[in-house]
Amino acid sequence: MYYILMIIGAVLVNNIILAQFLGICPFLGVSNKISTAVGMGAAVVFVMTLSTMVTSIINVYLLIPFNILFLQTIVFILVIAALVQMVEIILKKISPPLYQALGIFLPLITTNCAVLGVAILVTQKFPTSIFDSVIYTISIAVGFTLAIVIFAGLREQMDTVNIPKGMKGVPIALITAGILSLAFMGFAGLV
Amino acid sequence: MNKIKILTNGFIKENPTLVLVLGTCPSLAVTTSIFNALGMGMATTFVLLMSNALISLLKNVIPDKVRIPSYILVIATFVSIVDLVIQGFVPALSASLGIFIPLIVVNCIVLGRAEAFASKNTVFDSMLDGIGMGIGFTIAITIIAFFRELLGSGTLFGQTIIPFDGILIFVLAPGAFIVFGFTIAAVRWLQNRNK
Repeated sequence: MYYILMIIGAVLVNNIILAQFLGICPFLGVSNKISTAVGMGAAVVFVMTLSTMVTSIINVYLLIPFNILFLQTIVFILVIAALVQMVEIILKKISPPLYQALGIFLPLITTNCAVLGVAILVTQKFPTSIFDSVIYTISIAVGFTLAIVIFAGLREQMDTVNIPKGMKGVPIALITAGILSLAFMGFAGLV
Repeated sequence: MNKIKILTNGFIKENPTLVLVLGTCPSLAVTTSIFNALGMGMATTFVLLMSNALISLLKNVIPDKVRIPSYILVIATFVSIVDLVIQGFVPALSASLGIFIPLIVVNCIVLGRAEAFASKNTVFDSMLDGIGMGIGFTIAITIIAFFRELLGSGTLFGQTIIPFDGILIFVLAPGAFIVFGFTIAAVRWLQNRNK
């Protein structure tokens, strides 16, 4: 029950994009088509889970015992950057079709603040439990995918609508995101 | 290039937030009050100034292949300094900005200026560019925070301006998206009108 509530909370109630404002760049940048949005979502689920697993292990077994938590930001961003590079190289060798599907999104993910943000967030939320951290991260990443796919669906519809000149592109996208965020606020009482 | 032009480039013409639409996460997250926005703006300006200066100094030393990780390392160092200073001297700001201070590392504006400007220009020019872009970012998020705080709670800097309960939605997440969208639209309208 504890985990079910945690998952619902992370996916719907505290949605990472619409309630916590992390990962807005890919949310606005890669949401023109549903198919690319799904690709980006899959890449984020993959990288975020992997990176949080590594960073929370580092946090529990290295940073906390040696009392060097002030190095957290530097260590985490280096680990994430290295990890993304490594995933890219390994995917290229092992699974070319998967690389074809996720490849172009991987470099974008290094500067995706959601990945570093979640890595830091889980160390504050679950300082010692790696398993809880990973479950929580997976549900956050699923929430990211859900939001970006819904948003891409809305933006596809918007292509056919007549919009005032100044509102085209980013402004109307942001206002749509605001309304979507309003809709997600309806889940607030759920957990 | 003209020194003043380098400095003022980031204010309006190439405003990193409102025209280039970079660094959107902090622009949405910390703009619940003007105090937070100014604090975030100053922290980011400091990081931009220092990282631009150091990267410009090191531009001939850093090998081309590992330049992005090197830039990130430089930026992360200054962000850690800022984080610790704010925690030590302004704990209230540290509590309200929370996770978004360490996240200056992945603010696209900082890495973007390092790659686009500091790696090609002299130290002094890069510092001017860093300050200009930082001020541009601060102006942008302060405008957004102004409207959100005024409409959301009727206050500015915590002082009551309009005595009413406030429209709650502007303080919450949806208000951030909507105010930001309208601000960008207004800037575009002004720019097109002047042409």
